[in-house]
Amino acid sequence: MAAKSQKITGALITKGIQFSGFSSILFVLLIMFFLFYQGIPALFDVPLGDLFSQRWYPIESLYGIVPLILGSLIVTLGASLIAVPFGVITAIYIAEIAPRWLAEIMKPLVELLAGLPSVVLGFLGILIVSPFLRDVLNLPTGLTAFTGSLLLGGIAIPTIVSISEDALKNVPVSYRQGSYALGVTQWQTIWSVTVPAARRGILTAIMLGLGRTIGETMTVMMVTGNAPVMPASFMALFMPIRTMTATIASEMGEVAGGSPHYHVLFFIGLILFLFTLAVNIVVSRISTQQLKRSERILS
Amino acid sequence: MTLGVDDEKGKLNGIEGTKLKQFLYNSSVMIKRKTIRILLPLYMGVICLTGCQNLMANNPGHAANSGTRVYMEDKGSDTMVNLALYWAERYQELNPEVSISVTGGGTGTGIAALISKSASIANASRKIEAEEVALANLNGIEPHELVVARDAIAVIINRQNPINQLTLQQLSDIYSGKIENWSQIGGENRPIVKLSRETNSGTHVYFLESVIRLGNPNDKTIFSADTLLLPSSEGIITEVRDNPNAIGYDGLGYVTEDVKTLAISEDSGKPFFLPNVETVKQNLYPIARDLYMYTNGEPTGELLNYLDWILSFEGQQIVQELGFVPVNK
Repeated sequence: MAAKSQKITGALITKGIQFSGFSSILFVLLIMFFLFYQGIPALFDVPLGDLFSQRWYPIESLYGIVPLILGSLIVTLGASLIAVPFGVITAIYIAEIAPRWLAEIMKPLVELLAGLPSVVLGFLGILIVSPFLRDVLNLPTGLTAFTGSLLLGGIAIPTIVSISEDALKNVPVSYRQGSYALGVTQWQTIWSVTVPAARRGILTAIMLGLGRTIGETMTVMMVTGNAPVMPASFMALFMPIRTMTATIASEMGEVAGGSPHYHVLFFIGLILFLFTLAVNIVVSRISTQQLKRSERILS
Repeated sequence: MTLGVDDEKGKLNGIEGTKLKQFLYNSSVMIKRKTIRILLPLYMGVICLTGCQNLMANNPGHAANSGTRVYMEDKGSDTMVNLALYWAERYQELNPEVSISVTGGGTGTGIAALISKSASIANASRKIEAEEVALANLNGIEPHELVVARDAIAVIINRQNPINQLTLQQLSDIYSGKIENWSQIGGENRPIVKLSRETNSGTHVYFLESVIRLGNPNDKTIFSADTLLLPSSEGIITEVRDNPNAIGYDGLGYVTEDVKTLAISEDSGKPFFLPNVETVKQNLYPIARDLYMYTNGEPTGELLNYLDWILSFEGQQIVQELGFVPVNK
């Protein structure tokens, strides 16, 4: 009797774990279905020309999403300019140069930065970063795309550092030993042996870090000014912009279900989803490629 | 996470996998059916309880009859959120059996909540729109309007800015982008940074209709695209306090000493007035409006008592304390 009940519980638990495994796929599919179901009607509610026009002002039924898409891209680009060099170099320092005890303190500290709530970052942005940038760069206002980029860089850096450092650590010691044996200096080894050997892991780290920045909402909503301006040139980095995420977050609460505005907001969500999907596909491409290559080396 | 040139990963996973199986098998022995038998009803109970709470929030009248606690959900205008909080706190002190939860989010949010039956009172800093009424009727809701206070919208600038007064026309030209430098209206040679609340704010809509369009319903002028849309009243005050280029607007109740309030006139040649209780009461200050509470149909029961109390001397005393203008009843 007891053995039988054990068998049943065991089977139940196996089924439960199976369900949990499949449920994440199910949820993603359901979310995708929902996004398409609610977002695609936007294409029928709003003429395509209007949807891709240059003015976003939903009160007057102006649903031009181009400035929002460009706004998100500019902030992400700015964040990558800051986070990529900074993150990769920090990872190199921790993995290759820092003494063991320092590396053991530094890595958890950098990862602690990842746990900082984005609303706290936004708060720091409003009170410290934005006034500072306005004074130093002599801008009309400190609430700009660049302010957002700086803070989002701070969000992306821990991801980039953590994953790049793992990738660097996974480069076999024999690679470095071989390099040193040829009489190469430490710097030359890092730049021409270790980093190239770990480049796929580093690329994955960069893509994942940037994937985080494009979806970040609270910080950008607080510090970028949310003005739906069409970015005209590179100088737009130092002007207020409005991102897709901030638009959805600030307008979703107000909108009447089923209205064109509602559908357009879901359509924006769909575009965001496609952006992050693209990032993830690139990441998985990079890591599967890497597996094949290491298999080739081993065989 | 391990990425990069790793070769031992597969083996490691294999080992971990068998360990996991063993662990799970052991723990499955430990889980007795009894625990499930106890936990399940508990879980169902919790779900049921939360569900019942929601029901009560929607039917405050019924709850009052059954003699239990009365829940009211009061949601909407950010301009009114402090006022609504003070009212709710004082009223709950006087009537301990009532609990009122107050949230902001903007007038549009409040009205949407009333329509979706997730709030029993919607605070609104503008009148409900015809479309919203239509949508409400579709959902079986009859919005009932009550003016609970009046508010002046103060136009604020940085203390360093030498400008002291503006006409409505000048304000309209600034926000629609026709005037872009303070020197064009007699100030210093500085760019104008325009601040506004988000579009879900009743204050935004009121400012658009009464100031930018000067009350002309056929006027289709809108905010210029480079107007910064900030998510909160505090955000506007902070930026105006720190930035000498900025101009913003906010409910009078939010304005602090750190910023300069401008005197406004209806037209050039007419007198300028600063916003305060007196100028609003006498309809001298041109940017003032009513604040509303919307309920589903004529309020009854505990809801009616609450709204009556808000309009009473004590309720209106709170209005004045918070920098709004009481309604004369």
